[in-house]
Amino acid sequence: MANLSVNIGNLRLKNPVMTASGTFGYGEEFADLIDLNQLGGIIVKGTTRMPRQGNPYPRMVETPSGMLNAVGLQNKGVDHFVEHIYPRICGLDTAIIVNVSGSTIDDYVAVCERLNPLDKVAAVEINISCPNVKQGGMTFGTTCTGAQSVVSACRKAYDGTMIVKLTPNVTDVTEIARAAQEAGADALSLTNTFLGMAIDVERQTPCLSTITGGLSGPCIRPIAVRMVWQVAKAVNVPVIGLGGIMNGRDALEFILAGATAVQFGTANFVDPQATIKAIGYINDYLDRHGLDSVPQLIGALKA
Amino acid sequence: MTENKKHILDFTVRQNLRLGTNYALLKLMPTGGQLPPCEPGQFAQVLVPNSKNTFLRRPISICNIDPNENLLWLLVRRAGEGTAALCDLHEGETLNVMLPLGHGFTLHRDGTTLLVGGGVGVAPLLMLGKVLKEQGMQPEFLLGARTENDLLMLDKFNELGPVHITTDDGSAGVHGVVTRHPVLTGGNMAHIACCGPMPMMRAVAALARQQGIDCEVSLENLMACGMGACLCCVEDTADAGNVCVCTEGPVFNINRLKWQI
Repeated sequence: MANLSVNIGNLRLKNPVMTASGTFGYGEEFADLIDLNQLGGIIVKGTTRMPRQGNPYPRMVETPSGMLNAVGLQNKGVDHFVEHIYPRICGLDTAIIVNVSGSTIDDYVAVCERLNPLDKVAAVEINISCPNVKQGGMTFGTTCTGAQSVVSACRKAYDGTMIVKLTPNVTDVTEIARAAQEAGADALSLTNTFLGMAIDVERQTPCLSTITGGLSGPCIRPIAVRMVWQVAKAVNVPVIGLGGIMNGRDALEFILAGATAVQFGTANFVDPQATIKAIGYINDYLDRHGLDSVPQLIGALKA
Repeated sequence: MTENKKHILDFTVRQNLRLGTNYALLKLMPTGGQLPPCEPGQFAQVLVPNSKNTFLRRPISICNIDPNENLLWLLVRRAGEGTAALCDLHEGETLNVMLPLGHGFTLHRDGTTLLVGGGVGVAPLLMLGKVLKEQGMQPEFLLGARTENDLLMLDKFNELGPVHITTDDGSAGVHGVVTRHPVLTGGNMAHIACCGPMPMMRAVAALARQQGIDCEVSLENLMACGMGACLCCVEDTADAGNVCVCTEGPVFNINRLKWQI
């Protein structure tokens, strides 16, 4: 048995396999089907200062090798999380990471302040990349100054490990990555979904209520791998890779490209046990290649 | 209603019965072990094999559980590429299914329940009728279809109780939609359980509200995960705003919905 643990800043994960925000609820939804304690981490649903109803239905459409979504950060707000969800999941033996979203910088700061005292929140993931909200979200993540302003404000409000989740919907993701690093990010996760659109040709209407939405699934994986490879070379902090990972082989693509850990997102909808299978696959891979730890593979791409 | 534990199981296709031109009744046996307990109105998420361009599981109503034969029945309408691949499955092939999911119909022990179904929406009403009958109740059915050829599993429904029929073209039963049938307009039942196309369910719900009849409908909002994680299949409710159809439903009392009816 190889040592699967990895470090994200000061945070030690038992293995590099986590679940992506918005694809795994609060973990409890999957408890019948997998042992949550085996996961490297669970990144819970995007959490905002106030409750949000999200966007109108329809919010999803299947596309070739993927899907578009336009959920729009539906959640019951940070107070509900702290009072009702946290007590139920804080006993899990896995890293609980809270995805923090907002419309204004004050919103992000308020959520970070509320989470800061919670011992069992292992880290926050600052979401400056949601494509499905009118204000905030991705608009912060598409300019260096926007990213810097949110990240530096959150840095002052949160003492623990702070991951910043980047959007791929930019010309040069490495510029935004560097800006987030300079503003105090302990790690970067990428990519969030790609802005996309699908049309019902018979009805001549958009498939989503919001017209555009976020594309995820294996169709985006090669682009996400390329961006992780670029960012890993451009920054000194750990990179967490995501985007269309369906299995252990896909996860290793991101790790070889330079990711320290990975997140499974849309895969959870197709195979709720994909994460657990991938942990086994990575372990077998290390054995097969005569390696005894994951860090030996990080950025080990021969090119 | 009890929360049944979710399972992901491989099933073997034991039988694929073609019904009409567009439907298949799949009878599936778990590859190992027994079927888990399922309630009428719950659904399954089926991984689609042999389908190059689809990706997500397909939510399919549980049509029937045959405990003696250890068989799960799924009625599938050929709607797109994914469901076409399911309709074309051969006996002996393997199918990966997650079940049971969601909350089903209320089993009323007071007064008659009229089970109103349209098209492939008759699927969950077979199991509901069977369970009601097993509990000593007398279910009654009102089934609508485009034509006589689209009336599915009539022999099975006839075994469970009185069956009333409407067809759009008048080829069987009352000519027209279900809300034209006297059994519904007469309003002599205590409860309605309805599953079918959205315009039909809205019309039935409107009639039920007019007549003060308790009514449940089974929704089929587009969903990805089927287990409350993706938050895509939401329906607006009077008491809680947007809720997931996959976990809070698919069956809802019409009083919870914000339908303008």
